Amino acid sequence: MTTIQGRRDSAPDSTPHSTPGGTPVVSLRDVELSFSGVKALSGVTFDVLEDELFAVIGPNGAGKTSIFNVLSGVYRPQAGAVSFLGEDIRGVAPHRIAKRGMARTFQNIELFENLGVVDNLMLGRNGHLGYGWPSAVAWLGRARTAELSNRRRVEEIIDFLEIEGYRELPVGMLPYGIRKRIELGRALAMEPRLLLLDEPVAGMNGEETEDMARFILDIRDELHIPVILVEHDMGLVMNLADRVLAIDFGKPIAVGTPTEIQQHPDVIRAYLGTADTDDPESLVHPAAEQEAQA
Amino acid sequence: MSTPSRTPTSSPSPRPASVATAPGPTRHRPVRGRPRLRTSYAQDLALLNTPAKRRSTIALVVVSFLVPFLVTDDLLLVFTLGLIASVGTIGLNLVTGYAGQVSLGHAFFIGVGAYTGAILGGSEDASVVGYGLPMLVWLPAAGLVAALLGALVGPIAVRLRGLYLAIVTLGLVFLGDHVFREADSLTGGPGVGRRGAQLEILGIDFNASGMLLGLEISRAQRQFFLALVFLIVFAVLARNLTRSGVGRAFAAVRDRDVAAEVIGIDITRTKMLAFALSSFFAGVTGAMYYAVIGVFEPGAFGLLLSVQYLAMVLIGGVATISGSIMGALFITALPRISQELAHVVPFISESATGGGLLSVFQLEAILYGLLIVGFLIFEPRGLYGIWLRIRNYWKGWPFSY
Repeated sequence: MTTIQGRRDSAPDSTPHSTPGGTPVVSLRDVELSFSGVKALSGVTFDVLEDELFAVIGPNGAGKTSIFNVLSGVYRPQAGAVSFLGEDIRGVAPHRIAKRGMARTFQNIELFENLGVVDNLMLGRNGHLGYGWPSAVAWLGRARTAELSNRRRVEEIIDFLEIEGYRELPVGMLPYGIRKRIELGRALAMEPRLLLLDEPVAGMNGEETEDMARFILDIRDELHIPVILVEHDMGLVMNLADRVLAIDFGKPIAVGTPTEIQQHPDVIRAYLGTADTDDPESLVHPAAEQEAQA
Repeated sequence: MSTPSRTPTSSPSPRPASVATAPGPTRHRPVRGRPRLRTSYAQDLALLNTPAKRRSTIALVVVSFLVPFLVTDDLLLVFTLGLIASVGTIGLNLVTGYAGQVSLGHAFFIGVGAYTGAILGGSEDASVVGYGLPMLVWLPAAGLVAALLGALVGPIAVRLRGLYLAIVTLGLVFLGDHVFREADSLTGGPGVGRRGAQLEILGIDFNASGMLLGLEISRAQRQFFLALVFLIVFAVLARNLTRSGVGRAFAAVRDRDVAAEVIGIDITRTKMLAFALSSFFAGVTGAMYYAVIGVFEPGAFGLLLSVQYLAMVLIGGVATISGSIMGALFITALPRISQELAHVVPFISESATGGGLLSVFQLEAILYGLLIVGFLIFEPRGLYGIWLRIRNYWKGWPFSY
């Protein structure tokens, strides 16, 4: 599969550590994942470059979230190679991958609902605290200074995401859109080298979606964090992403710029069925058709 | 701007702007007339971060130190045991309340601590071993031995959760119960028991009465003071732990373990740490509690004791330190409360065989059950929740609703 140049590569690049054609942040090669006979992913291959906003699209159950779970170490693929920042991470425990700089949000918000907003973000900074329980118990020196300096970083993120007003409240009490934003904040608090966003605007109204889109662009352009985005909101994906990977039934069908993907016949077939024929049978999803025949 | 500004930040200052954010010994004084306005993160993170908390805590500590001079010695012993049990309850709350790992094995760790303390700090006699070491040795040792055994439970907790973990920890209690009964050269055996450790620190014997610092201080009073200091030290340590990153990691593992893992928390380590720290608290409690009681026998460390500690956590308030203390004091005082009730309420006899509808022991068991059920249904946040309601009522008074 040839990597198609992203549209941002044509524009003059202002980012300091972007290396065009350099080592990819993440690279998957022929990843196979199955659950006792059910193929969740097969032959998934893609690279994500520095400062890139990479989107993964596909119908429900196509395996988008499975890709995230493979990346963050929750699932271990049966075959293929997964590397992050040049190191093989297949079979590495999730917390170690997280410490190497991979952060993610979840499709269904996974926040610590009994804790306040500040505590949730501070948990994102857990890997940066640098003190253990002996220091914590005494609350002397290291623990105290680490708490203060990390609190300062958390406040910067609160500022960035404009959630100042909710700082003290338990997360469980907050509205859905704000919680999505806090989950993004927790991921940013980790100071990640790669951010995985699983449907960041699912269930949001137009205004909230626009806010979130702005944050995602800021993350790429100001914080220079590469992002992998899984999203069903095609308008958002096509406007924001540098490159898009379309998958269906666990198999990659196309990768390229948003315009290329929109015109790709296989993508159109996966989403809409074939339109260039009078035969109504062909509007049925090809795989669904196979199932019906079986 | 014609008048000189009183706030330095609003006027152009020659100092670089980074001064305000630079870490270092910058003094942040509270703003006069605005006691609840915080001007630094340090004030926000302080243990007692409101003036009301500061004042009431100081008042509470002062009153606690006056208690021994106000109540009789037999009542004072109830308080002493309650204070010591508070440390064990805080320990159970760390693992069950904060880290969310239900443990029925607390009695085992208390027993391990009690016997480690008694063997190292107790005196040798014809039937049992004792090394008579000083308290500065046996107290930490009791905690450490229990913590070591607690850390071994951690890996099991990674595999099991909820009811399954509860059953496995329950197994520990039966295991311990059997070992304690059989090892009679260490424990004295069932029905006989052995003496606890010697309560003597820095040359002060807490089992004797007499003059101390120019005051006539009885044995019960001395033990109360010791227990009070013991509790204050461990409560502050636990509170520090729970407001730190470690405490947050506990809560993260409790609330959503998958999310905790992908933000970089090592679940195995965190659960092991929770069990080890909790068991340390249980160990020191066991050693202290039975040193104050005097003679104790192996039957004391059964399932009932575990359930009692769980009740203290539930009734006091899950995942709170102050709630643990309230719960422990309340449950420890329950036998005494039911005895006092017997004087007031008719149909209750004061002995097991006496007439009347109920004996005090039956009354105690009934109260016990009613309290657990009642708290779970009406105030799951426990005594701490009741305190919160009172506090919030008066905060908003006279516009409480």
